[in-house]
Amino acid sequence: MDISNLTIDELHDLYKRRQVTVSEVTKSSLEKAEKLNPQLNAFLAMNSTAAMERAADIDAELSSGKELNALTGIPVALKDNICTLDLRTTAGSKILGNYKPVYNATVVERLNAAGAIIIGKTNCDEFAMGSSNENSAFGPVRNPWNIDYVPGGSSGGSAVAVAAGIAPIAFGSDTGGSIRQPAALSGIVGLKPTYGRVSRYGLIAFGSSLDQIGPFSRSVRDTARALGVIAGRDRCDSTSSDFSVPDYLKALNGQVEGLRIGVAPEFFAAGIDSEVKASVEAAIQKLVEMGAKTVDISLPHTEYAVAVYYIIATAEASSNLARYDGVRYGFRAEDATTLSNMYRQTRELGFGTEVKRRIMLGTYALSSGYYDAYYKKAQQVRALIEADFRHAFEKCDIIATPTSPTPAFRIGEKSDDPLAMYLSDIYTITVNLAGVPGISVPCGVSKTGLPIGLQLIARHFDESTLLNAAHAYQQAAPLTEKPVISQ
Amino acid sequence: MPITEKDVEKIAILANLELTPEEKQAFTSQLSAIVSHIDKLNELDTTSIEPMSHCTVAQSGPGYAERDDTVLPCLGQQAALKNAPDAERGYFKVPKVIG
Repeated sequence: MDISNLTIDELHDLYKRRQVTVSEVTKSSLEKAEKLNPQLNAFLAMNSTAAMERAADIDAELSSGKELNALTGIPVALKDNICTLDLRTTAGSKILGNYKPVYNATVVERLNAAGAIIIGKTNCDEFAMGSSNENSAFGPVRNPWNIDYVPGGSSGGSAVAVAAGIAPIAFGSDTGGSIRQPAALSGIVGLKPTYGRVSRYGLIAFGSSLDQIGPFSRSVRDTARALGVIAGRDRCDSTSSDFSVPDYLKALNGQVEGLRIGVAPEFFAAGIDSEVKASVEAAIQKLVEMGAKTVDISLPHTEYAVAVYYIIATAEASSNLARYDGVRYGFRAEDATTLSNMYRQTRELGFGTEVKRRIMLGTYALSSGYYDAYYKKAQQVRALIEADFRHAFEKCDIIATPTSPTPAFRIGEKSDDPLAMYLSDIYTITVNLAGVPGISVPCGVSKTGLPIGLQLIARHFDESTLLNAAHAYQQAAPLTEKPVISQ
Repeated sequence: MPITEKDVEKIAILANLELTPEEKQAFTSQLSAIVSHIDKLNELDTTSIEPMSHCTVAQSGPGYAERDDTVLPCLGQQAALKNAPDAERGYFKVPKVIG
């Protein structure tokens, strides 16, 4: 039973008609994950036994007439920085190489309650730090459109799980673009919700004022459904908002008549690949043909975004990663004779280079004598970036940009120049700094066979408008090409 | 302002990282390049701008949503010690603290 092209609605329809069982679908998903892993390296741990047990339970419930929940019987993959009770969770790092969480992230509890079947944990850049999934301690993930190319990062494994047709839904986290950019580079849909829309409890923290968990899928309808399951206030996350959760599926009417689409020149300037530019402009034009109109806007502080992000995110990371000290969990360096040696050796041996680099940068930015010049300054410019979006949204309802300046690049191509890698996050970063929601939707394939993504951005807590616009576009211009590896 | 190898050594102590000589060298040049880019922020006049410390919005307005301060059951000692590299009689065991 090949479920590669089925949406959640289609799977649920098959379940209702008893044309296929949850156990058959789950088995098929697990087998495909294992079959493709030597080539793609998308999974770090499989949850096979528990998944098949769950599937059997659900089949029994469905036979006795139980109604389907939002995600009943749907195989789901989770980025390995999301804590799963008793299932190894590494955040892509040796320092948590043997860590088995003693609790579930809130998102996991909600997915379980909705009937989802967790098939495994996916590979990612270490502690979510990276834009290519080349920083994992467990090897890079490969792009199913061309295995010599990166799938994007940091949620590369989850993106590939969906792109290669292993599971219809996967979850990742997005701090500076880590859902949207791999979605674009892997040819699928990836959503970063508004900051505070989804609980971060159980998400291994990187940048606490930036992180959000979000879904990958092949269809915006599936994304809307997944968001509805995970969104909402959580008493365990004080930064989660009590804004009510609308019915996101109901909001998908496909109508974009009168929708005002903001287009900012800062996102179409130097450094953008010409095919990406053409593809995104054509996508915007498609929406205009459907009744939307474009509005000229400016987000003038965009050029400062990388500087702001690489102070704030690294400063927060240096604080969040201080807990990895070998005392209570994870890797501990052997033969250390004193506590401080144990701390230093554990962290030196347990962390990868990119993580160390960012901890160093963040520590520097927060250190005495530099705090005002760097961290405080960055927070002030962050306020300017947030104000840019507020002003823009007075004139438009959504903003359309490319997700990434280029399609996927070759594995190894950018690993020698960290600054060049950071600068490639330019289109996604401001969205996290302002806290607004953003989605990437496929809008084309390059001449070399690599996907291109359209990014749409909306106001805080206006995922309904965002999802509807993305849905309307996807209905009008679905991606017909498929990755080389997906069968 | 370029970062020197001495700066890197000081930061490594603060960050509890025991860097190799190769790492110290590489980080000195890489961090210098990144900090150079970051100095771009000085182009902006931010004298009257309030630093943005979080972007949380509650239904009632900017800032955190509140809840009652009630105590609920939490992890417990057994679970808390489950992943410990070394534990004894309910404690996390570590090398000597002083010395």
